[in-house]
Amino acid sequence: MNAADTAWMLASTALVLLMTPALGFFYGGLVRAKNSLNTIMMSVAALGFVGVAWALIGYSFAFAPGSRFLGAPSFAFLRGVGLEAQGTIPHLLFMCYQATFAIITAALISGAIVERMRFGPYLAFITLWSLIVYAPVAHWVWGGGWLAKLGALDFAGGTVVHINAGAAALVAAMVLGPRKDYGRQAILPHSVPFTVLGASLLWFGWFGFNAGSALGARPSAALAFTNTLFAPAATLVVWTLMDLLRTGKVTAVGGATAIVVGLVAVTPAAGFVGPLGGLALGALAAFPSYYALLFRARTRLDDSLDVVAAHGVGGTVGALLTGVLAQKVWNGATDGALFGNPKQLGIQAVAVLATIAYSATLTWGLLKVIAAVAALRAAVPDEGLGLDVSQHGEEAYASGEGAILILDEPDPPAPAVAPVLRAEGGRS
Amino acid sequence: MKLVVAIIRPDMLTSVLESLFHAEVRGLTISRVQGHGGEMERVETYRGMTVKMDLSEKVRLEIGVSDHFVAPTVDAILSSAHTGSVGDGKVFVLPVEKVYRIRTGEVDQDAVTPMEAAATA
Repeated sequence: MNAADTAWMLASTALVLLMTPALGFFYGGLVRAKNSLNTIMMSVAALGFVGVAWALIGYSFAFAPGSRFLGAPSFAFLRGVGLEAQGTIPHLLFMCYQATFAIITAALISGAIVERMRFGPYLAFITLWSLIVYAPVAHWVWGGGWLAKLGALDFAGGTVVHINAGAAALVAAMVLGPRKDYGRQAILPHSVPFTVLGASLLWFGWFGFNAGSALGARPSAALAFTNTLFAPAATLVVWTLMDLLRTGKVTAVGGATAIVVGLVAVTPAAGFVGPLGGLALGALAAFPSYYALLFRARTRLDDSLDVVAAHGVGGTVGALLTGVLAQKVWNGATDGALFGNPKQLGIQAVAVLATIAYSATLTWGLLKVIAAVAALRAAVPDEGLGLDVSQHGEEAYASGEGAILILDEPDPPAPAVAPVLRAEGGRS
Repeated sequence: MKLVVAIIRPDMLTSVLESLFHAEVRGLTISRVQGHGGEMERVETYRGMTVKMDLSEKVRLEIGVSDHFVAPTVDAILSSAHTGSVGDGKVFVLPVEKVYRIRTGEVDQDAVTPMEAAATA
């Protein structure tokens, strides 16, 4: 057990936890005002539901010693998870750190189904998804499963978190179908400052996500920290120049998106590539996601907040480039294709494809099962009214005008004018 | 000349504007208003406070038209703002005493006739 490692991991865990409400603001700013609370709550609810599911069962399926494909129930209800060392930090802290990853991965999917999914089925979906999709994939890569044995490189969760969520988002957007206004009306972000604020807080939290994945206050944490700083910076520069060349204007939503794409792409590579490799990776990652965004908007696929383009495509590019740019001189373990080990690129591709196949299939099945029990989509008038009022009974920007306080009086007197108004309409 | 005033659902605005555009109605003003019709009130809760929202968000359109344009304008609104449930709104047609176009000083009929329509006529 190491005090410095424990201190850094305590801080990292709190940093990663902040990313989920930050994601809520990033997504919340991109939707219309009438759906903004619902969108933010989709992330906030994950903190509760996925967090509890993780402590009770999820952690065990991901990290208890089991088969090559799944953990075991031996850590269920946190049995045997105490203050003993797991690596150089307390086991309980390791479990908490991993919990924050499960939470944000489930919350990421919400971007594909905002403005139309009923909240109850959504809660059931993310909770079950974290158990049957996230936990096994986390086991494959980090719990000693088959991808770890194969030698796949995923420093902080490019495949486990981003490709996994991206594939699930694609399937969820297809199963739910497009919003009723999609492709018929311009659906504009209601608060771009929220989106920029969310992206900024995501970047801040991501230092815990990537540098924390060194699982200690080690030199590799400093490398991951450096890459987390400079790769998104490179993405932001390239994205800005592309915006400038294409339209002559640099957009704020584009800037916020670029930051997230750069962070996603550097996630699997953070502790494996050198700083210049990280810069190159961030710069290259801008292109596929930029064009994926433009292409998606022309299709009938209503992946509303472009989870597939940012996380699916960005994660895939990051995972593959990790297999190209990894350098033994920096990570002490493996070289990538650029440094004489082309086999690594193949291993990365296997990890990407396996994750996409597993996540897409199980997400589809899970949504179909939930749909058999309860309607996934809000009714059309509720979608028109907005999910804040129809699902939550709240408004993000309530004026307070016309709000009448309901007191617990036995029988409030009916307004005297009501019958008069009714007779005046002419139809009754 | 008439002034057509329509109160509609905010989420129907785009479809109404589209419909008016196809009916070649140009020149209108919209405002966001709150009002109360026969709609069921919504109940919202903020912490322990439960409130009944008696006023619903609506959009008001004001369109000044010449007499022969009244029917197409009203038809366009009626067909595009309709959902069938309570709260779809109302259309009022009001007489107008006088209209001036500020830029040219034109009055009445000329003032509510769009430039391109006047040019082709």
